[in-house]
Amino acid sequence: MFFNNHFSVLLVVLPLMAAPICVILRSSKASWLVALISNLVIVLLSLSLLSHVINGNVVRYELGGWAAPTGIEYYIDGINAILISVVSIISLATLVYSKQSIRKEIAQPRHYLFYAGWLLCLTGLLGILITGDAFNVFVFLEISSLSMYMLIALGRERRQALVAAFRYLILGSIGASFILLGIGFLYAATGTLNMSDIAERLPLVNGSRTVIVGFSFITIGLLIKTAMFPVFSWLPNAYQFAPSAVSSFLAGTATKVSLYIFLRFFYHVFGTDYSFGNLLLGNILLPLAVVGFFVMSVVAVFQTDIRRVLAYSSIAQIGYIFAAISMATEQGLTAGIIHIINHAFIKTALFISVGCILYRYGTANINQLGGIMKSMPWTCAAFIIAGLSLIGVPLTAGFVSKWYLISAAIDSGWWLIAAMILMSSLMAIIYIGRIVEVFCFKNSEAEGVAKVKEAPFSMLLPLWFLIIVSVYTGINGDVVVDLAKFSATQLLDNLPGLNNPVGNPL
Amino acid sequence: MVEWLAFYNDWAVIVIMMAGFYIMIARYNLVKKIIGLSIFQTGIFYFYVGLGKVDNGTAPIFLEPKVIDESAANVASGIAEQTILYSNPLPHVLILTAIVVGVATMALGLALIVRIYEKYGSIEEDDIQAIDSQFICQLDDKK
Repeated sequence: MFFNNHFSVLLVVLPLMAAPICVILRSSKASWLVALISNLVIVLLSLSLLSHVINGNVVRYELGGWAAPTGIEYYIDGINAILISVVSIISLATLVYSKQSIRKEIAQPRHYLFYAGWLLCLTGLLGILITGDAFNVFVFLEISSLSMYMLIALGRERRQALVAAFRYLILGSIGASFILLGIGFLYAATGTLNMSDIAERLPLVNGSRTVIVGFSFITIGLLIKTAMFPVFSWLPNAYQFAPSAVSSFLAGTATKVSLYIFLRFFYHVFGTDYSFGNLLLGNILLPLAVVGFFVMSVVAVFQTDIRRVLAYSSIAQIGYIFAAISMATEQGLTAGIIHIINHAFIKTALFISVGCILYRYGTANINQLGGIMKSMPWTCAAFIIAGLSLIGVPLTAGFVSKWYLISAAIDSGWWLIAAMILMSSLMAIIYIGRIVEVFCFKNSEAEGVAKVKEAPFSMLLPLWFLIIVSVYTGINGDVVVDLAKFSATQLLDNLPGLNNPVGNPL
Repeated sequence: MVEWLAFYNDWAVIVIMMAGFYIMIARYNLVKKIIGLSIFQTGIFYFYVGLGKVDNGTAPIFLEPKVIDESAANVASGIAEQTILYSNPLPHVLILTAIVVGVATMALGLALIVRIYEKYGSIEEDDIQAIDSQFICQLDDKK
């Protein structure tokens, strides 16, 4: 595939430039087109980047031609190339979906602001993924978070959406401030902000208390941002009350990108031996992760709003991912990355199908949706397939990730945790099965549920695209598994530092 | 005691940050929460500013070095010129960015509070929760 080093910077510049164009155009349709076209180009660029990086290259782009420790550097290896592609594809799919769905949720004159906010959020997410500079991570994190708060506040149930956005703002800012403070401590200890450079200099100040304090602050900040078990309280309300397009986008990307920062910092910058060997990060994360996925699966069973069920299930899935990556083995890391990718597609598909139901029925309350399978067969079928994937039924993407997750746990000798993962998958059968039962087997006439048309084609298209992707990766699991294995080994090996660049600087 | 006092700027950072953090946890008024967040972030800005300060250092502006010793040997080895001590400008520049981000966060938070006040008629978290739970009860009654 055609590749140029400048593609990496275009990934950030393009949406950043498209956002003000949307504001200037002020028309709903034109700004949607601008967003769609720029997003399409980003998908192509990211795929070209992925095909380049997957051959073992590392892209290092010096911004403005300033060499790395002085200037800001974009650094792309396996893990971020994969996630850049995932995020841009999900953003494209949800953007196609958003055109119809926001008609009933946001007033027509404000649509252009919605798309501008969307593009800024995409800029932030791609920027986090692409940058090799620790302070830049903070700046892009805040760009994506601020636009995300704004997008959530546009929600359909306006009142609760505002409060949900406000709570997310307070907690998200605390998380980001902790990360900022941690980066400050790292700078104080090493005198540099470039991630590869920090990674090279940290062994020289090994054991210094400054580094440990920075490490702790970054850990706590990232736990808040990823909505890890004890500090997840912003997530359920944000997912429930945001406009349906935004919750699909948020569910697929925001927490995954924070998980990427986690992988980058603790495997690359601090180094696996330091974070999991010296500081025993695994011992803290693993119990939290296990309690998290177990308790949150139970909580999900008792929710009446489908979006809330999915939100709690998201927190449980983040628990799985943390359990996998806190094993600090190659299998564990591979399983974590596989689950990050698969869960991003599955959860987005689930939220889109709930959005389709919301579009026709105006409610996602499970008690008012009896027998809607008859009215909306395509949407419900998609929900069922994605739900099976969430449970981890064979032939779906979820099965591949659960398989690797459990075999990684067994390889590490953690039988109990493998058993817990299986048990909480049974919970997933309950909370998804409960919804599917209502959709298919309740009598709609007896319940007084109106008969409606199937969701519009432009909403079903991205939904089925995501479903086909997740079924394909379930049947032909090697695609995702190979990518994940490649990036896991790259993260665990000693990555090329500044003084021995293996990449090809411009 | 004296060594502890030598880190007076770090103590200030801790006090400011924790004061802000406490306000965010203990106060239910949304505006006060934003004020707390702002104080909390100011503590972090102060930490960065303290990080870049060098004792007796001047502002990092390029000055012509003064020649204080003109003996040939010292000129050759480069110690003839008086060294000028600068503060490290990098943390200060970084924190300018973070201040801008903090201002944007505060503006967005206050804008949200204005809208919340329009919808709920209150900016006390207790009242908002009460109104929301009342709303949910009404929904349940309808069914």
